[in-house]
Amino acid sequence: MMYTLLAVVGVVLAVVIDVFVTRSRILATGSFWFAWPILVFFQLLTNGWLTGRGIVLYGEEHILGLRIAYAPLEDLLFGFALIVLTISVWMRLGRDDPQKSSRSSQTYV
Amino acid sequence: MESFAYLAMLGFLIVASWWLEWAFGLRVLRNPRRLLLTLLITTPLFILWDAVAIAQGHWYFDHAQMTGIIGPFAVPLEEYLFFIMVPISAVLTWEGVRAFLVIVRRPRTP
Repeated sequence: MMYTLLAVVGVVLAVVIDVFVTRSRILATGSFWFAWPILVFFQLLTNGWLTGRGIVLYGEEHILGLRIAYAPLEDLLFGFALIVLTISVWMRLGRDDPQKSSRSSQTYV
Repeated sequence: MESFAYLAMLGFLIVASWWLEWAFGLRVLRNPRRLLLTLLITTPLFILWDAVAIAQGHWYFDHAQMTGIIGPFAVPLEEYLFFIMVPISAVLTWEGVRAFLVIVRRPRTP
């Protein structure tokens, strides 16, 4: 269950980085918990394609064996770590971005 | 055509998320400096994880459904593209949601 272990470590590291390193703290925003289910839906769809067709296969001894839409449960943790780290870094870089906002000014009107 | 099965899914990510940039007037694809810096930090970490997982047999691939192009660290081309395309889609979704919430929370002017 090495993938299981690494996936849990990945989630913990992503959360620690978000809170203490980038200090973006996206996990404390409502926007994140609004966006995350949308991202999970598309992850299940695309990852279901990869795993359902057997494009990506898993060493059974490295996973728990619980599967959602063909994909191992661990993939959801992997995806969570990837999403959190990416958005957290993106927000950190936005703080000193010369373009200031990630949205054009018209959205604020 | 079977060798494009993985690539097709990456194409779907573009169709499913890139329209958000223009629908909500986002500055993600049109802020390449910030996007590239984000990817320069995030992508290598997950490529490293991928390389370790492949080496340890945590997961493996049906190469008949892939281009067969293998990059450094025995990581297939599709996986490199995965760790570029998925973060872009995630940022677009995040910014799209934030723009959407600004619109729905905006008080109506009389």
